[in-house]
Amino acid sequence: MIRLSIPARQALSKLTLPVLVVAAFGLMLLGKADAVIAERARMALNDALGPIYAVLAEPLGAINASVAEAGNLMHLRSENVRLRQENEYLRRWQTIALALDAENARLKGSLNWIPDPPANFVTARVVADAGGVYARAALLAVGPNHTVRKGQIALDERGLIGRVTEVGARTARVLLITDLNSRIPVTMETSRARAILVGTNGARPRLLYWPEGVQPREGERIVTSAEANAFPANLPIGMVHFSQSGVPEVEPFALLQRLEIVRIFDYGMGGVTAPEAPQKPTPGRH
Amino acid sequence: MAGAWRYPGIRPRATFGRRLDLAARAGFPATLTILIMLLTQAPFGIPGQAVLLPWVTLASVWFWSLFRPASMPPPAVFGIGVLMELLGYLPLGVGVLTLLLAHGIAIRWRRFLGQQGFAVTWLAFMPVAAGAALLSWLLVAALTLRLLPAGLSVFQGVLSAMLYPVLAIPLAWLHRSVAEAEPD
Repeated sequence: MIRLSIPARQALSKLTLPVLVVAAFGLMLLGKADAVIAERARMALNDALGPIYAVLAEPLGAINASVAEAGNLMHLRSENVRLRQENEYLRRWQTIALALDAENARLKGSLNWIPDPPANFVTARVVADAGGVYARAALLAVGPNHTVRKGQIALDERGLIGRVTEVGARTARVLLITDLNSRIPVTMETSRARAILVGTNGARPRLLYWPEGVQPREGERIVTSAEANAFPANLPIGMVHFSQSGVPEVEPFALLQRLEIVRIFDYGMGGVTAPEAPQKPTPGRH
Repeated sequence: MAGAWRYPGIRPRATFGRRLDLAARAGFPATLTILIMLLTQAPFGIPGQAVLLPWVTLASVWFWSLFRPASMPPPAVFGIGVLMELLGYLPLGVGVLTLLLAHGIAIRWRRFLGQQGFAVTWLAFMPVAAGAALLSWLLVAALTLRLLPAGLSVFQGVLSAMLYPVLAIPLAWLHRSVAEAEPD
């Protein structure tokens, strides 16, 4: 170490803070100029931390499960009644669905319908919330020899959750449909009208840009649209719900707050690639 | 290494073990902060878990800057800020700037706050937490050129201010027992 006089050292130590504040502004500029740096650093960090969180996920999941179990025991009776009713209701629907399925197959058989190719999927565990205060995303542990690629589609057992935006050596990051940067082409199921589902970082993404003459209806199902070749058609997303100010929002089917197991589908989509990391919505480059 | 070496006085011979001990004590605040930060990212499945990271980071930096500034120097704050940005998916520079400013305020006020009781340090932390939440919201909005929903940022500020004792009380205990004492 260089030997400095005491006043010089004191002056230097007083300078550190202002210099570092300036460096913080420099870092902001750097992040604006080259967002890939931050993305790479994040994926490297996630790859390093992913296995640790994956190990932690097991006992934490067990604890959460036992807490949930205790809660379930409290409401066992009312839950049972509710499930009985729902079961009856669903049984009725099942017969309808089976009849429709058979009819659909018959109709497709009488046309020369090109069937959709079956999609490959891998299942991965969510190891951490990869969002923050300003982003909504999930981090998946996908193992060292994975085939997950950017732009693949993530679903839980109920519906669409988002798209893979960053892939590291052992982890992948899925940008959720609620994120501010998420834009998804959708179809309203009854009117078949197209619209765009726009994330707001809130619990419910908004519906925008539907065509004139069509109005989204409360409770209408929203599914993906094959437009732009980014998604296959008819993946379930959620239900329309009007907010208090009259804005149509979509209540997602997927349990985005408590994701545990996620399936990542490879539909071989070569359309629009998934958005980049949240901090680079560079104007004019969309 | 430890700040104690810079000051004249009589002290035990610097054996390897003692050096190691001093280094561990000097490095303890920053290391502990980083470990707690990593812990907040573990999959607990708490709704709104994202706000825990800014809270523990800010509260921890504030606490150690007040009571052990030599073990929480500006470069350490800078490193912790970068880690917070990477873990919390903030734009680069935002976390670093807010933490450095909080650190600067703590350093400036520490002569006064150090003599006051715990309640006063908590009271002083409240506007700092609110300011940090506001500043990061403004910076993120400016950097992404978008008006962001403020709900979670407000929640972050309020939660940080309210939950300060949850982190600060155990830290105060560690501060008296484990962290190295610094001559003023």
